[in-house]
Amino acid sequence: MRAFVRLTHLLVCAVIALAWGGGRLAAQDIAARIEKGAVPLFARAMSRKGVRPLFRDAAQGTAQDHPGQYSAIDIETGSRLYAGQCALCHGATGDAVAGADLRRGQFRRSVSDEDLARVVAMGIPDAGMPGFKLQPSEVDGLVAFIRAGFDLTGTAVRVGHVGRGQGIFEGKGGCTACHRVNEKGPRVAPDLSDIGATRTPAALQRSLLNPTSAMLPINRPVRAVTRDGRTIRGRRLNEDTYTVQLIDEQERLVSLIKADLREYELATSSPMPSVANTLTADEQADLVAYLLSLKGLR
Amino acid sequence: MKTFTRCTLPLVVLLASASYQLHAQVSYDRLLRAASEPRNWLIYSGTYASQRYSLLNQITPANAARLEQKWMFQNQVFGAWQSNPLVVDGIMYVTERPNDVLALDAKTGRVFWMYRYTPSPDARVCCGANNRGVAILGDTLFMGTLDAHLIAIDATTGRPRWNIALADVKLAYSITLAPLVVKDKVIVGVGGGEFGIRGFIAALDARTGKEAWRFYTIPGPGEPGHDTWKGDAWKSGGGSVWVTGSFDPDLNLTYWGVGNPAPDWNPDQRPGDNLYSDSVVALDADTGKLKWHFQFTPNDAYDYDSVQIPVLVDMNWRGAAAKLMLWANRNGYFYALDRVTGRFLSGTPFVKVNWASHLDERGRPVQTPQPAGSPTWPGNQGGTNWYPPSYSPRTQLFYFSAWENYATIYRKETSEFQPGRNFSGGGFTVLTPVPGAPGVGIGRRTPINNWTDEVGHGAVIAVDPQSGERKWKFDQFDVTDSGILTTASDLLFTGGREGYFYSLDARTGTLLWKASLGGQIVTAPITYEVEGKQFVSVIAGHALVTFALRDQE
Repeated sequence: MRAFVRLTHLLVCAVIALAWGGGRLAAQDIAARIEKGAVPLFARAMSRKGVRPLFRDAAQGTAQDHPGQYSAIDIETGSRLYAGQCALCHGATGDAVAGADLRRGQFRRSVSDEDLARVVAMGIPDAGMPGFKLQPSEVDGLVAFIRAGFDLTGTAVRVGHVGRGQGIFEGKGGCTACHRVNEKGPRVAPDLSDIGATRTPAALQRSLLNPTSAMLPINRPVRAVTRDGRTIRGRRLNEDTYTVQLIDEQERLVSLIKADLREYELATSSPMPSVANTLTADEQADLVAYLLSLKGLR
Repeated sequence: MKTFTRCTLPLVVLLASASYQLHAQVSYDRLLRAASEPRNWLIYSGTYASQRYSLLNQITPANAARLEQKWMFQNQVFGAWQSNPLVVDGIMYVTERPNDVLALDAKTGRVFWMYRYTPSPDARVCCGANNRGVAILGDTLFMGTLDAHLIAIDATTGRPRWNIALADVKLAYSITLAPLVVKDKVIVGVGGGEFGIRGFIAALDARTGKEAWRFYTIPGPGEPGHDTWKGDAWKSGGGSVWVTGSFDPDLNLTYWGVGNPAPDWNPDQRPGDNLYSDSVVALDADTGKLKWHFQFTPNDAYDYDSVQIPVLVDMNWRGAAAKLMLWANRNGYFYALDRVTGRFLSGTPFVKVNWASHLDERGRPVQTPQPAGSPTWPGNQGGTNWYPPSYSPRTQLFYFSAWENYATIYRKETSEFQPGRNFSGGGFTVLTPVPGAPGVGIGRRTPINNWTDEVGHGAVIAVDPQSGERKWKFDQFDVTDSGILTTASDLLFTGGREGYFYSLDARTGTLLWKASLGGQIVTAPITYEVEGKQFVSVIAGHALVTFALRDQE
């Protein structure tokens, strides 16, 4: 029975993933499918297309050789340097100096890797921090160790330049076609005004490279057809056994009673394209920096 | 240039609507005509006149017995829930304490989004972390916060647009009322009368949050009314504003009730009339300039905040058409004022009153302070309080919740003012049936009514504004802090601390229907319509409950 369910589930997912917009589902099937999620299938589809799954969870992942990330050697180097040079003031867990929690990526002024490197080199005389004369590889190592969250097996994502990232967000990246930041842009995709306050660099990179794997299930695209033949498309905001709430393509809040629907579908793949092949590693790092700088109104 | 603008504008609008269909936009024009779209509830008290009267008439005295619960929404946090929801084109916006905003489907009660603001831990309020709701203009919601900020929120996404601090939270300023939008401005007042603030009403530009004007409810040196204070008492004079005002577009005046002077119970510390405490102020909506004021309780010793809703009524008065303001005050008198000039027209006690013998021809009370240790009627919570009243143009009656046979023994002490700290000037005990019996608190912290009707009870009172006399009353065993809603089918909806939600015949006070909701009703009901069905919503305890007629078989 269990195997049977899983098989049907995969079939359903395949229909959704390969022909989003064409498949049709009874409302009862949907709940079962949501429970499962379709990420593994998506990952497989990606590897068929020759894209490596670079975006393992930060928690379980190992150091990467992706150009957007620092290497395990960098992190190792940084770890040794940190213990010798930095831990005295910043503490073993990186939070001994007020206003900075290095392990959690919270800094008083810095956002980008460049900012961090500058602070290491120049110090912050006002706050009593001296500058350190280090080799470029050693600076890279320190930044990597911080970006990895002090975890030797962690993922250390490169964080580029905020201003350049904003340029990419609003220009080449095409992000503002769907996303809204600080009152600018449409509401059809999730608002990103405070995304930097709730996501790590690793999570942001993962969203950019493989949007589907990082999509919150609640945000899945919905297509519904009412009994009188009206088609409604949008992003799901909330759902229960009998009703579903969404924001439609005209940015209206819509609440639907499932019993009034003839068709109801959820797409398991994100409508957002990956930047893996459209942006260079440096551009991706810049985009991560910009997103990381978005901390919301407060 | 003028011609150019005129012909390109429609084109621009057309292009814009091609890419983005406009959201539900609540223009100022819609707010002005809120009464004519009764399917929505766009303003705290329903309309700018604050009558809390709806033209909806699907639910009638004949079919009210067919009301049934359609949905319920449970509060996400603990504590009394005093919020007044707005309904805009099928979407309900409601706040919960301390400063959450929720957008719900008004038909099913399911949630679209939730915005959470965490006020500063320095926020101090006398009487609970309350918030009474949001205001709307365009597609922006406005919420005042416990730390005296005003926040603009995108009504579609629940995202904050701007966030402005209006006063120093460390001095115990707060905002608990629902703002009032007038034209392009958002008007709010501040709480903190128990902490010796200097109260004010402020208007902010709805688009930017930039402050347009500020009216201090306690006048400073050189301002008219300052001579009603001695020495530095004005600096900590209170005069909080914690209930939403009204607006008369023809007169361009916005009316606001002002709270108690500080310290609350020791008038000897602040000799003089203490303007504009316990007053209604009429302000120019564009400039905030004071047009007139009327003080209900000069040099108040009883905490008789005049924070009731100013109810604006046009009716014949002594044979001539008049623009009136009707006001059942916490001090136990029902007033009719001329809202053009502020002139006192009539004042009649609606409950037992012994703090004053009568009102003089200008409406000023002739005060009769009771000897120390003796009871004063009405008691500290007043003959009525902040909960919204209603006026029905059909019955021409004014309805409100009152506390009957309720008295307090006041005690005055000298309090030293310390910024941000309690500044009460004494205290009070509720009069008990047997002298010396254990005191009874005014809150209700358990479902047991240890107060009983021996210490006072609640009633809905229908007053004829012409005579000030009761037309009918509907008694409750417990007291009530419930507001009132009336409709064009002559129904009246209200509740009380016992948790019953009532529908009464507005002409007679006859009970037509009730539901036991099991939680205190400490706010006013609203009504709206979705897909041709009339709904009535009320908050009881921690649940927002919505009723409509049972579908016909």
